[in-house]
Amino acid sequence: MAEITYIQAVNHALREEMERDEKVFVLGEDVGKKGGVFRATEGLYEQFGESRALDTPLSESAIAGVAVGASLYGLRPVAEMQFADFIMTAINQIVNEAAKMRYRSNNDWFCPLVVRAPYGAGVHGGLYHSQSIEAMFNSVPGLKIVAPSTPYDVKGLLKASIRSDDPILFLEHKRCYRLIKGEVPDEDYTVPIGKAEVKREGTDVTVISYGLMLHHALEAAEKLAKENISTHILDLRTLYPLDQDAIVEAAAKTGKVLLLNEDNREGGLLGEVAAVIAEKAFFELDAPIQRLTAPDIPAAPYALPLEKFFMPDKDQIERAIRELAEF
Amino acid sequence: MATKVTMPQLGESVTEGTINQWLVKEGDFVRKYDTLCEVTTDKVNAEVPSAYEGTITEIIAREGETVEVGGFICSIAEAGVEDQPSNHQPSNHQANGSVEETETRQNKDVPKAENMKKRYSPAVLKLAREHEIDLERVQGTGRGGRITRKDLLRLIESGAVPKKEPLPIQEDHPASNASHPSTGTHHATARDDRPQTETPSQTRGAQFKQAVFAPSAIDSEKMPSLSDEDELVSVSNVRKAIAQRMVKSKQEIPHAWTMVEVDATNLVQYRDKIKDTFKRKEGISLTFLPFFIKAVVEALKEYPPMNAQWAGDQIVLKKAINISVAVATEEALYVPVIHQADRKSIAGLAHAVNDLVHRTKTGRLRQEDVQGGTFTVNNTGTFGSVLSEPVINHPQAAIISVEKIVQRPVIIDGMIAVRHMVNLCLSFDHRILDGLIVLRFLDSVKRKVETFGEGTGLY
Repeated sequence: MAEITYIQAVNHALREEMERDEKVFVLGEDVGKKGGVFRATEGLYEQFGESRALDTPLSESAIAGVAVGASLYGLRPVAEMQFADFIMTAINQIVNEAAKMRYRSNNDWFCPLVVRAPYGAGVHGGLYHSQSIEAMFNSVPGLKIVAPSTPYDVKGLLKASIRSDDPILFLEHKRCYRLIKGEVPDEDYTVPIGKAEVKREGTDVTVISYGLMLHHALEAAEKLAKENISTHILDLRTLYPLDQDAIVEAAAKTGKVLLLNEDNREGGLLGEVAAVIAEKAFFELDAPIQRLTAPDIPAAPYALPLEKFFMPDKDQIERAIRELAEF
Repeated sequence: MATKVTMPQLGESVTEGTINQWLVKEGDFVRKYDTLCEVTTDKVNAEVPSAYEGTITEIIAREGETVEVGGFICSIAEAGVEDQPSNHQPSNHQANGSVEETETRQNKDVPKAENMKKRYSPAVLKLAREHEIDLERVQGTGRGGRITRKDLLRLIESGAVPKKEPLPIQEDHPASNASHPSTGTHHATARDDRPQTETPSQTRGAQFKQAVFAPSAIDSEKMPSLSDEDELVSVSNVRKAIAQRMVKSKQEIPHAWTMVEVDATNLVQYRDKIKDTFKRKEGISLTFLPFFIKAVVEALKEYPPMNAQWAGDQIVLKKAINISVAVATEEALYVPVIHQADRKSIAGLAHAVNDLVHRTKTGRLRQEDVQGGTFTVNNTGTFGSVLSEPVINHPQAAIISVEKIVQRPVIIDGMIAVRHMVNLCLSFDHRILDGLIVLRFLDSVKRKVETFGEGTGLY
């Protein structure tokens, strides 16, 4: 058992999977010789050579397209989008080809590929380096979206994603990369895709979140515990398809639900979570379902005070939980 | 000045009625006893007659609207009563309106939190129902005094749940004393022991309360877990009333049960012989039921405790023998009553049954048709049943079910014979009755049925 960072968990998972299965390879912009702009693929080029740590042109469409083609040939590509913001030009390959391959070919063909994409704000990245993209993809049957929040989950879920026979959009919160550390076992393990996890048990208010915001919620909960406000925190971990049973169970636990992420509000993923609760746990509700999200503006601004305004912070989360607790 | 007409009490346990149809409109002139509207309750459909002569000035309750007993349904300007200046009423209305307006405005000014006391969340309502918690008596700790789910969980855990309980019954009913001097003793009983006896106005009050609270008892049943293919059917008023009465009977009355076998061979042969003539003469079919009712009625006269009601530390022996007859329709079960059944011949009973069945099936039962039963005869044999365990028609002492008459080999004097046999099943209130008297009663019924045959008078 060692304490590692979020991004080390990514790196370890990739290395161990490439060691385990020679069909696994990584491709993307600067993932080879440079080891990735965030150093996620550090050392892979040296260990596995240029054919398994593939530097590509600046073309996300090509990266995804090559991954789709390779996966159809039985390889297990792990494609990196340098920033999730850049994935838009690859949407056709991911949504129209990868996600629909199994359905379109009557189960004859399938795409065992992973698209890794660092997402989220909080790194002073401005418009093209801060976006949350989950809402763009969370209505595509055939494509699963995984968004872990801890090193343990990153490693276990990335391994499970690489071993999955279907395409996975693997969202890594870039602010978590070096901020979040955690214990990770030395031996091989996976974390099941499609399962949410309770990260903190509580009785007054339920917070449902993922990624960086989950850590803010955990900190707020810690502080509120001193005021005898007990917070129950569910980490969705997989964003599509949602773990509806876990959502209903967590909502029913306290009857007061705060949904939290840093994406735009309207049409976002949290609306879907709220719908699940309204449909399946209506009679357990003790308060209106609340959302705390980024505002509906086009992107996280570059100016620091504005970026701070854009992202829900610990104080806002704390206030929102307290509001619900007192309701 | 206009007199307000209220929703009448249409049956003992009826608390509200739904306006089915208005037969008058505003401006119509009505005479006393003219029908104003048709009302549906969970017990009966009835017409509401006018108690006044005059002009309909305002119809307050719309068709389809459910109004509680005593609620205003329309206004009549009585003929002969001097009219107030016509602007009086509207100005009153205006005054009311403005009062309401100021009130709402005030409410708006009051901090929003003030209004949260009675804002119950789904979770709170669900818990309150499951644990029969009286929310009126819970102190909420949420914003603006709102009762939170946690408040209730804490209460439930502590065991100090404020239960819903019936309001105390009003003690004094001078009116009932005056109008029923002969039932003075019964009345006293009723007062001591609340809902059991039948002094009309006394029970009316009691049952009204019970009706108010009983639905919550039914509602409090836990919602069963549902799967996707399950269908939820909303419960009709009639169904609710049945459920309420069945639960009441089973909860209050310690049921005991027994059965006798009766040889109805002679009766079957006799009825076969005369049924065509009867049909021709009377215009209705002669079934077996009137014979069984006759036998029961005569046996009831021999054993008065069978025709009784439990009233706590006293037992009320009912003088009148009013036989409730179970009549099933597709959606519900009704028990209309043959009043003074002991004064009717077999043919008379046949007509009475026929009339009640007809009126039940056409939805024309009157209020008095469903009241005052003292003993129930249940004709389960019609549907092919050979054995049943009927639920006592509260507050009666017993219920008998007449099963299907079937041919069976029986042994008579050491020889096997094929006879028409019928089972008579009886559930009885073991507080009032013991096996000994019940079986004597049943034996009496049995002997009577077995002696029916050639020569039994129908008239």
